[in-house]
Amino acid sequence: MKDKNFWNKDLVSTAVLESFIKLNPKTQFRKPVMFVTLVGAAMVTAGIIQKLPHYSGFEFQIALWLWFTVLFANFAEAMAEGHGKARAESLRKSKVEILARLLENGKETKVPASQLRKGDTVVCEAGDPIPGDGEVIEGIASVDESAITGESAPVIRESGGDRSAVTGGTKVISDRIVVRISADPGQSFVDRMIALIENASRQKTPNEIALNLVLSALTIVFLLAVGSLKLFADYSATAGGQDLSAIVTVPVLVSLLVCLIPTTIGGLLSAIGIAGMDRLVQRNVIAKSGRAVEAAGDIDVLMLDKTGTITLGNRMASAFVPALGVTEQELAEAAQLASLADETPEGRSIVVLAKTKFQLRAKELHPHEARFIPFSASTQFSGVELLDTERKPARKILKGAIAAIKVECGGKFPSELDKAQAGISNQGGTPLAVIDNGRVLGLIHLKDIVKGGIKERFSQLRKMGIKTVMITGDNPLTAAAIAAEAGVDDFMAQATPESKLARIRLEQASGRLVAMTGDGTNDAPALAQADVAVTMNTGTQAAREAGNMVDLDSNPTKLIEIVETGKQLLMTRGSLTTFSIANDIAKYFAIIPAVFGALYAVNGGAGPLSVLNVMRLHSPQSAILSAIIFNALIIVALIPLALRGVKYIAVDAQTLLRRNMFIYGLGGIVVPFIGIKLLDMLISAVGLVG
Amino acid sequence: MNKFEVSQIIFYITTLVFLARPLGSYVADALEAKSVAQGRIFGPIENLIYRLCGINTGEQMNWKGYAGALLAFNVLGFLAVFLLQLFQRYLPLNPNGSGPIEWALAFNTAVSFMTNTNWQSYAGETTLSYLTQMLGLTVQNFLSAATGVAVFAALARGLSGKQTSNIGNFWADITRFTIRVLLPLSLFVALLLLGSGVVQTFKPNAVVKTLEGAGQAIPLGPAASQIAIKQIGTNGGGFFNANSAHPLENPTPLSNFIEMLSLLLLPVACVFAYGRMTGNKRHAHILLLVMFTIWAVGLGLALYSEYSASSTIGGSALMEGKETRFGVTNSVLWAVSTTAASNGSVNAMHSSLSPIAGGVAIFNIMLGEVIFGGVGAGMYGMLLFVLLTVFLCGLMVGRTPEYLGKKVEKREIQMAILGILAPSAVILVGAALTCAVTSALSSLSAKGPHGLSEILYAWSSASGNNGSAFAGLNANTAFYNIGLAIAMLIGRFAVIIPCLAIAGSMGGKLPCPLSAGTLPTDTPTFGVLLAAVIVVVGGLTFFPSLALGAIVEQLLMLKGAAF
Repeated sequence: MKDKNFWNKDLVSTAVLESFIKLNPKTQFRKPVMFVTLVGAAMVTAGIIQKLPHYSGFEFQIALWLWFTVLFANFAEAMAEGHGKARAESLRKSKVEILARLLENGKETKVPASQLRKGDTVVCEAGDPIPGDGEVIEGIASVDESAITGESAPVIRESGGDRSAVTGGTKVISDRIVVRISADPGQSFVDRMIALIENASRQKTPNEIALNLVLSALTIVFLLAVGSLKLFADYSATAGGQDLSAIVTVPVLVSLLVCLIPTTIGGLLSAIGIAGMDRLVQRNVIAKSGRAVEAAGDIDVLMLDKTGTITLGNRMASAFVPALGVTEQELAEAAQLASLADETPEGRSIVVLAKTKFQLRAKELHPHEARFIPFSASTQFSGVELLDTERKPARKILKGAIAAIKVECGGKFPSELDKAQAGISNQGGTPLAVIDNGRVLGLIHLKDIVKGGIKERFSQLRKMGIKTVMITGDNPLTAAAIAAEAGVDDFMAQATPESKLARIRLEQASGRLVAMTGDGTNDAPALAQADVAVTMNTGTQAAREAGNMVDLDSNPTKLIEIVETGKQLLMTRGSLTTFSIANDIAKYFAIIPAVFGALYAVNGGAGPLSVLNVMRLHSPQSAILSAIIFNALIIVALIPLALRGVKYIAVDAQTLLRRNMFIYGLGGIVVPFIGIKLLDMLISAVGLVG
Repeated sequence: MNKFEVSQIIFYITTLVFLARPLGSYVADALEAKSVAQGRIFGPIENLIYRLCGINTGEQMNWKGYAGALLAFNVLGFLAVFLLQLFQRYLPLNPNGSGPIEWALAFNTAVSFMTNTNWQSYAGETTLSYLTQMLGLTVQNFLSAATGVAVFAALARGLSGKQTSNIGNFWADITRFTIRVLLPLSLFVALLLLGSGVVQTFKPNAVVKTLEGAGQAIPLGPAASQIAIKQIGTNGGGFFNANSAHPLENPTPLSNFIEMLSLLLLPVACVFAYGRMTGNKRHAHILLLVMFTIWAVGLGLALYSEYSASSTIGGSALMEGKETRFGVTNSVLWAVSTTAASNGSVNAMHSSLSPIAGGVAIFNIMLGEVIFGGVGAGMYGMLLFVLLTVFLCGLMVGRTPEYLGKKVEKREIQMAILGILAPSAVILVGAALTCAVTSALSSLSAKGPHGLSEILYAWSSASGNNGSAFAGLNANTAFYNIGLAIAMLIGRFAVIIPCLAIAGSMGGKLPCPLSAGTLPTDTPTFGVLLAAVIVVVGGLTFFPSLALGAIVEQLLMLKGAAF
C-alpha cells in the first residue's frame, strides 16, 4: 500500500460516512467489545438527556469520546473496506456488459455475457473480450490478461495441454478460439475476487473466532470487575463515612469499563482481516477463502515444481567438453554451426555460450550454403549440412543425444567421452554429443539454471520452519544435483501424480500442513489434497478448480509471499491484542486513584490511594478524560498498522516472539503512561475540565 | 529477619525440591502403572478393590465417560459426608456427644470436603463426632485429592496422547493414586507427627484443673492421622478449629517444618510427574520455575510488609494472631505457601497479617490456585494458563498455536477461558453480592478495608478451593454456608469439566513434529510470558478490589490507622 494513496481523500470521506452507518446496533452486535462500548455510550448519553437542561461538561465530554471510540473503530473497518472496494471497483470495470458470440449447433448468436451458462460454447476472435471463465476447446490465440493481472505482455492460450484456461474479462488480441464456459454467472474468478474483498468482514477464520472468544471473555470479566467495584465503592464509602457519589457515577464507571475492555483490538479486528485479504489481492493472488490464507501461515512443507519455480524453464549450455585431440574452440565452433537454425532455448543457449566463450560470431548462412537438419523425435538429433559451391553436401555437423550419436558415428565413440558424459549426468546435467562428418568432437553440457536469489528464499523459509520439497520428473541423480544447488531440503525425483499425492498424504499423516503449487491437470489430485494449493492462472481449469488460491501472475515463488501474508495476519492480531491488554495497566493507574483518591482521607487531605497517581495527573476529572481520550485516539493511531500489518521478518519463532513482545508488550505498557500524561497536561492547560 | 530465618527458607525450598523430584517420578509411574515393583507391592490390594467394586481397569474412557464417573463418585462422597453429619448423634464413636448438624452447615461442609476445599464454617472439636471426622472428612481428604490427580493425569494423557480420545480409567486412577501414593505417604507423615507430639486417641476430651482451680476441657481425638492427609492432600481442614496453630495439631518447630514440607510436596511432585508423563521434562521445569518465581515474589513482598510494618507499630514484631513457637517468618512462609497451594491449613491467623501480606495471600488464591495449587488441581489449572499463553504467543509469531506438538484450536481456547474465568467471576459476583446484602455484612468483625478483605478472602478461598479463612468473618450463616458452597462447586467443577474436555479433544489430535516455526515451550522466554499472563490476568481482574482492600489498608496503616 503506497503512502500517498493511503489517506486518499475520497476513501476517507466515504469511510467517515460509513462510520455513522455502521453505528447500527445490529452491525455492532457481532463485535462484542464494540457493542459494550456502544451500550456504554448510549447509557451515558441517556443519563445526560435525563438531567437536561442541567448538564455537566465533564459528562458531556465523556459521552462524546465514548461515541468517538465506536466511530473510530467503524472508521478503521470502513477504511479497510474502502481500500478493498476500490480494488473491486476497478475489477468490476472489466466486467462491463459484453456481448458473447454463443455457438449453438454451429450457428452463432449474440447474447449478453451474463446469460451464459456452464457448458455453453462461445467464439472469440481478435478484438473480442472473453465473456466468461472457460477452457479453450479449439484453436490458439494470444490473450491480453492485463485487466486481471496487470501484466501487459499478452499470453498464449490454446486448446489441450496446460494453457487452455481463460478468464472472463480478458481480451483476445489475435487469432480465433472457441471457449467452453466453465462457470455460471456470479461464479467467475472476478466475481469471487470481488465478493472476497467485499465480504471479508463477514466470514471469520478459525483463529479469528478463537481470538474473538478471548476478547469476549475479557470483556465479561471487566464487566464484572467494574460492576462489583461499584458495590465495593459503596461499602468503602459507608465504612469511611464518606460520600463518593459525586465521582463514582455511571459515566465514570462506564469510562473505566471502556478503557479496560480491549477496544483497541476489538475495534481493529475486522479491519485487520479485510486488509489481510486486500494485501493478498494486491499481490495478484485470489484466495477462495480466508481460511486458506490463515492456513498458509501454518505451512510446514512447501512442495514446489522444479521447472519454472526453482529453475528457469529451460536447460542451458554451460560447458564444452572436447574429445582428445580436439580443442575446445573447435568443438564450440562446430556446436554453434549445428545450432544456428535451432530455435529452441537450448539451441540458442549453445550459440550464446560459444559467443561468450570464444567470441565466435554466429555466421550468416544462406540457403545455398547450407541445409538444416531439424530435430525429430525419431532421430534424436539436429544439425546442419554445409554445401560446397556445387551445392553438394560437404560437411555434416550433428548434435544430439549420446545414444543417437553413437549410432551415427558407427561405434567410434571416444571412451574418455563416455566417462565425461556419465560425470555430466551425475551432476544433474544433460550431455549432448557433437559429431562432425562422423568424427565425435566432444560433448555439450546442458544444465538446469537455478533461478537467482532462490537459495536465499529457501534459507529464509528454513528459518521460518518451513521445509521445501522439490518435485521433478528428472531421474534421482539429476534431481539431487539440482536440489543441492538450489538449497531445497528434500526432493522427489521421477514424480508422478500418484507419487505426489502419496507424498502429501504421508506428510499430512505425520501432522504437517502442506502447501503446493501446480498448474497441470495431472497436478489436480495433489492440489486437492494439499492444505494450501496455489494454482497458476495459466494452469488448466481442472487445476484451478482443485486449488484454493489462484496466482494471477503465475509466479510459483508467490507461495512464499502468501505464507508471509498469512503469518502477518495472525501477528497483527496478536500484537494488537497484547498492546491492548498491556495498556490497561496505565489506565488503572489513571482511573483508580482518580476515583478513590479521596477515600478514607482525613480532614479533607489527600486520601491514601492518591499515591497510586504516579503520573501526577491534574485532577480526577482530567485523569478520567485523558484515559478515555487516549483509548479512543489510539484506535485511529493504529489504523495504518492494522491495515499494513505488522512487519514480518524471517527468523525463528522465539526471536520473533521476543521482538514482538518487546515492541507491543513493553510498548503497550509504556506508551499509555506517556500518552495519558500528555493529554492530561493538554486538557488542564486548555481548561476542558476543572 | 535474621540470617537464621533466611537460611531456613532456603533449606525449606531445597529439601522440598530434593524430595519432590523422586516423588514425582514415583507418582507418574503409579498413575501409568508402569513400575513392576509398585505393582508387586500394591497390586494385590488394588485387585481386591477392583474385584469388590467390579471395576475393569482395562476399559478406557473417553472424556465424557471419565467426567461422568468422576461426577458420580463425587456425588456419592458428598452424600456420605452430608448424611454422616445429620445422623452422627445415632452413630458410634461420638464420645463428646456432638449433636446433629444444621442442614445448611452440613451441606457446606460436605461440599467443602468433596471439592478439596475444606472450608470450615464449624469448629471441628465441638461440632463433629470422631466418626464423622474419620469416616467422612478424612476419607474425603484422600478421595478429593485423588480426584484432582485423576483429572491431572487424564489431561496429561490427552495432551501427550497420540490420536486417541481415550484418557484413561477414572476408577483405576483414583485407586492407584490413593493406594500407592496417598496412603503410604500419609502413614509415614502421621508417624512423624505422632513422634513430634501430635495427639492420636479415641478418648474423649481431657478435663484438667487450671491454676485458678477451674475445670478446662482439652479437646483430643484421632488428630495425627487426619492432619497428615490434610497437609499431604492439600486439604487443609484442621482437626481443631485453630488448625495448625493449635498446639496439639502442630506442637513444635519440627512438626511445623514437616507439615510445611508435606503441604507443598505433592503439588511440586505433580509438576515433575507431568514432565515424566509427557516426556517433556524441560517444559515441566519451566512450569516449576514460574510457580517458584511467583511464590517467591509473593513471599518476599509479604515478609517485607510484615517486617516494615513493625516499625510503624512501635518496632516490635507483628505477633498478633501468630504463635510464639513459630515466629513471624514461619507464619508468613506458611501463609504464602498454603494460599499458593490451595491447601488452606494455617498456623497463624491471616486476618492478623499485615495488610499486604494478607493481600498476597488473597492474590495467590485469586490467581486460580495455580502457583503449585492443589494436588493435581494446581497442575491442571496451570495447564489452562499454559494453553492461553500458547495461544497468545502463537498469534504473536503468526502461527496457529501448538502445544506439545498439537494444534490449540477454538474448542480448547473456549474451555481454557471458561476454566480460568469461572472462579474469578464467582469471586467478584460473590463479594459484590455480600456488599449488597446488609445481613451478610453483619458477619464482619472488622470495618473499613479490612472488612472488605474478609469478604474477598472468603469468596476467593471458596472458589479457589483453598479453604483457609481470613478469620474474623462469621461464616456459619445460611447466606455464607449456601453461597460459599455454590462457589466451591463452581470453582471445582467449572475447571475440572473443561480440563477433561480439553483432554478429550487434544487427545484425538495428531501431533505434528517441531520445526523452527514452532514456538518452544521449554525456554525461559516462554516462562516469562506464562508468568506475565498469569499475573496480568489476575491483576487486571482484581486490582480494583485489592486497591480498596489490602492496598488502601496498608497505606492507611503506614499512616498509623489500623483495622
